[in-house]
Amino acid sequence: MIRIVDYGSGNLRSVQKAVQSLGVDAAISNRPEEFSPEDRLILPGQGAFGDCARGLAASGLREVVLEHIAADRPLLGVCVGLQLLFDWGREDGDHPGLGVLRGEVVRFEGPTFEGPDREKIPLMGWCPLLAPEGKSLDDTPALRGLGPNPHVYFVHSYHAAGADPDVIAAEAEHGGRFVAAVHRGALTATQFHPEKSQAVGLQILRNFAEQ
Amino acid sequence: MPAARIIPCLDVHGGRVVKGVNFVNLRDAGDPVDVARRYEQDGADELVFLDITASHEGRGTILDVVRRTADQVHMPLTVGGGVRTCDDVRALLNAGADKVSVNSAAVRDPDFISEASKRFGAQCIVVNIDPRRVMWDLGCRKSDMDGRAIPERLRLVERPAPEQPGFRERWIEQASSNPTSDIPHPPSCAWDVHINGGRLATGLDAVAWAIEMADRGAGEIVLTSMDADGTQTGYDLEITEAVSRAVSIPVVASGGAGGPDDLYDALTAGHADAVLAASIFHDGTHPVPDCKRALAGRGVNVRVI
Repeated sequence: MIRIVDYGSGNLRSVQKAVQSLGVDAAISNRPEEFSPEDRLILPGQGAFGDCARGLAASGLREVVLEHIAADRPLLGVCVGLQLLFDWGREDGDHPGLGVLRGEVVRFEGPTFEGPDREKIPLMGWCPLLAPEGKSLDDTPALRGLGPNPHVYFVHSYHAAGADPDVIAAEAEHGGRFVAAVHRGALTATQFHPEKSQAVGLQILRNFAEQ
Repeated sequence: MPAARIIPCLDVHGGRVVKGVNFVNLRDAGDPVDVARRYEQDGADELVFLDITASHEGRGTILDVVRRTADQVHMPLTVGGGVRTCDDVRALLNAGADKVSVNSAAVRDPDFISEASKRFGAQCIVVNIDPRRVMWDLGCRKSDMDGRAIPERLRLVERPAPEQPGFRERWIEQASSNPTSDIPHPPSCAWDVHINGGRLATGLDAVAWAIEMADRGAGEIVLTSMDADGTQTGYDLEITEAVSRAVSIPVVASGGAGGPDDLYDALTAGHADAVLAASIFHDGTHPVPDCKRALAGRGVNVRVI
């Protein structure tokens, strides 16, 4: 059973329906007692980092998520659900994250984001997943079998920086390479939206459900 | 940098996709879910649903359409048409829309964009801007192509609600009491933001308005040229380029696409981040895969599946 962590962060229906389209049970839960160690969790997230971090704490589900990760049980973070895993979010002030991964979440910046021919923020659209140096996408169970040049859908203005290279599973390019996915043990997270990435995204969700 | 996006736009009325010119002679063009699924298979990068149901009672219908589509089609979906309040935005997002687009309501109440962006995040707030070309005379007064005066510098004066009687007259009166002589070299042509389907000039300069919307937290701008819309003779490249270079958020060119060459021009000369079109995709004259192949063949970075 896949259980989607509902801590008040926007619409979770798209994630649920994408998983269900694979023939996999998926429930949306907002009470700690509904969660079981057997579940595979999806931690979504939309909007501002600070709002999501506060919402997760207020819902009482922060501990559920932390325990699940500490026990190395399967969890997939999506978008701000990836960002929350890190130490700090720097969106509208400094907000503590879950501290599961080292690093901080910062806004896109650099020379390519300035001037009339600048790259745009938010990053909104499809980018190919790139293997980090010395790695292959296939090293990460959730990213196996995506075919050549797999494009996925991104929509965000902030990204993880200073991450341990060992946990970076995929990168993408927007004014330089940034973290598109992380992986450590049973923990996987994507900055992009697999539930909006058509066939490639569904393959990632299928991999997660079966890993 | 992401691949250039190709975005079909579907007009939805009474729960069905409809085709027609300027909202008249509407013809049924199928169930939105079926049409959306076909575009997903074609490799469209996003979809836009424009709810052209005029009545407030019809609002529930679009929510049902969005829900059914988002349940079955796993790609980004933007929904617009008649969005006026944060409750409207929330209802559409909860139904499964990824982005919500706002047009007239942003002109009537710019604070709405600030508030919606703060509450739901810039990434899901799209502002539609409908520019139309206007002429300037040497006294720095603008007129539309029929010679009627258009008020200046509306942003400096209080905005009357457009639906009130006499709105336009009072608007002009207020605006004309504000001297505009600080514009040193008036361009001979500019673009005014229009609302109500392009019928009403607002006096807002389209480039300045785009900058204000971006500053207020819009995450994307869809720019539909009222001069080019429906002509199939190409996008208005000048306004597309002017807006795209002026703001740091993505800009979607809209209005006027007649074929792959027009998409190419908007993405290169127009500096657009995405192109939106309706009839060339719906009528099957230039299906999405054909357009993408043509663009890729000319060196544009597109997602080919």
